[in-house]
Amino acid sequence: MSQNDKKKRMTAKILDNRQIATNIYEMVLHNDEITRATMPGQFINLYCRNESKLLPRPISVCETDHNEGTMKLVYAVVGAGTKEFIELQSGETIDILGPLGNGYDVNQPVKEHIIIGGGLGIPPLLELTKRLRGKKKIVLGFRDKLFLVNEFKRYADELYISTTDGSVGEQGNVIDLLNRNDITGDMFYSCGSKRMLKAVHQWSIHHQIEGQISLEERMGCSFGACVGCVAKIKRQGKQWEYKKVCTEGPIFFNKEVVFDV
Amino acid sequence: MCKSLQVKIADVTFKNPVMNASGTFQPRECADYVDINQLGAVVVKGISSEPWTGNATPRVAETYGGMLNSVGLQNPGVDVFLQEELPYLEQFDTKIIVNIAGRTIEEYCEVAEKLQGTSVEMLELNISCPNVKEGGVAFGTDAKMVEKITGQVKRHTDKPLIVKLSPNVTHITEMAKAAVSGGADALSLINTLLGMRIDVHHRQPILATKMGGLSGPAVKPIAVRMVYQVANAVDVPIIGMGGIQTGEDAIEFILAGADAIAVGTAGLTNPTAMTEVLQGIESYMDQYNIQDINELRGLVK
Ligand SMILES: Cc1cc2nc3c(=O)[nH]c(=O)nc-3n(C[C@H](O)[C@H](O)[C@H](O)COP(=O)(O)OP(=O)(O)OC[C@H]3O[C@@H](n4cnc5c(N)ncnc54)[C@H](O)[C@@H]3O)c2cc1C
Ligand SMILES: Cc1cc2nc3c(=O)[nH]c(=O)nc-3n(C[C@H](O)[C@H](O)[C@H](O)COP(=O)(O)O)c2cc1C
Ligand code: FES
Repeated sequence: MSQNDKKKRMTAKILDNRQIATNIYEMVLHNDEITRATMPGQFINLYCRNESKLLPRPISVCETDHNEGTMKLVYAVVGAGTKEFIELQSGETIDILGPLGNGYDVNQPVKEHIIIGGGLGIPPLLELTKRLRGKKKIVLGFRDKLFLVNEFKRYADELYISTTDGSVGEQGNVIDLLNRNDITGDMFYSCGSKRMLKAVHQWSIHHQIEGQISLEERMGCSFGACVGCVAKIKRQGKQWEYKKVCTEGPIFFNKEVVFDV
Repeated sequence: MCKSLQVKIADVTFKNPVMNASGTFQPRECADYVDINQLGAVVVKGISSEPWTGNATPRVAETYGGMLNSVGLQNPGVDVFLQEELPYLEQFDTKIIVNIAGRTIEEYCEVAEKLQGTSVEMLELNISCPNVKEGGVAFGTDAKMVEKITGQVKRHTDKPLIVKLSPNVTHITEMAKAAVSGGADALSLINTLLGMRIDVHHRQPILATKMGGLSGPAVKPIAVRMVYQVANAVDVPIIGMGGIQTGEDAIEFILAGADAIAVGTAGLTNPTAMTEVLQGIESYMDQYNIQDINELRGLVK
């Protein structure tokens, strides 16, 4: 294989970029090649135009449309990079790299799926939800304003919603939803803050449900070169070892992950 | 007329002067982006005698035009390297350089010894590691120590030895001279500069280790200056690095006195940076009708 056949940074055309909730934006990008290659749970790097900001901004893919060659991302404004992204207009382009990471394992023999998302962990679960076969129980925890709920509703056998302030759905978080509604199943899939994932981990051990969770770490490259993005993963014979979230994750089986106190 | 990019360092011939900087290139993962056969050499990340776990996260932080890292030389150890990584690298038409790390002189020597009789072409001594025996101060910041460790490791290898200098010193030329009198066959510079970032909203350092190594375009003027000073102070070949992103950046180092160059951080943010640097060097040579890359070396006095 010569250099011409290698993967590289690409440009994508921005088709849409707008606010959907407090501090949360949705961006639709067009790039046939990357869209077609993307599996649920994978992410892409977005790069800033301002060259003083070197590092990638990893963002999960929310939804892909293979016919149109488009992908949807949902992102929060956190710091300088995402502040730059919200200024981008439809018709402009952005540099991206991907798809990155491993994605969910959807080939497990599972009849009842539980999909558990909190806040910005909700969007990365949409494409997965669309593709899973079997009964789907969807558990979503928002802070205040809802987003993407109609999209999830289309694929849900059961849908549970909470807000921290109780303004919509049940008051509380995803753990409250899981416990109050006695939700069970064969496999869960979860994405959200470290705190939430740890609580879900404890819930799953109590109910003996196997799961796949999506981890987040600061990344220097997102394709396995710098060893910056590690998480503690259990290994046979050893207590744990550091594995790279960008290439060996971001999806790990729940039972493998070591949650520090 | 065919131009020549070949360079020679301590009797090893490289097809071109472009290699990766240690620790920023994992051959298996990077092979998806870079045709490794095009590189002058592959430099393996720091290898120690035993596996090292590395530091807690966050290990990386962004800085203006650069980044901080505190990976902590996470590596599987020399035995696993020899079993699993070296055979993979041997399939490529390139030279293999191994960067070696240790907490004591004995640990460095052990790695060097285990690499004897292998296809590894050269060793690169990473003397930025903390010296546990001497209270954790880096080997590379004390000239006597630099000379001693270079001499000791030389005794355990018949491969040419590159000593990689730390920029966290007052006089880089003293360290360069010490390495050469210890027996260094070549020098590489610069390693990362010690830096720190604080998250003002949470009022705590961003890196778990508080401090880390600064690299990327922000450090390039310091690196060029140090290569220039060292090239004028010693008579061994130099591999220059620190913030190289383009062919012209590479030429800057060569004009300052480097025989070869390495690309680190740029390859993390743009995975095809290394081949782009190589192309950039070629187009610079075309532009100025340079037949042999060695003509440019140290031209700036
Ligand atoms: C695999 C993965 C998937 C992600 N998916 C999404 C998503 O779908 N939607 C979303 O809103 N966010 C997502 N994030 C988090 C997102 O990457 C950060 O919020 C974003 O990089 C912040 O950039 P900034 O320039 O605004 O912040 P700054 O603080 O200015 O960023 C400085 C540096 O720190 C990094 N950084 C800062 N916060 C984080 C963080 N929480 N996680 C990782 N790196 C961080 C940035 O990438 C950048 O390199 C994901 C992170 C990972 C690792
Ligand atoms: C993530 C990362 C890991 C590194 N690991 C090593 C290492 O294992 N051994 C070493 O000698 N230098 C290491 N370095 C330093 C680089 O090899 C190089 O000297 C430095 O980054 C300057 O070059 P650059 O600006 O092109 O990155 C590392 C740098 C980075 C960014
Ligand atoms: S971010 Fe560089 S190895 Fe994962």
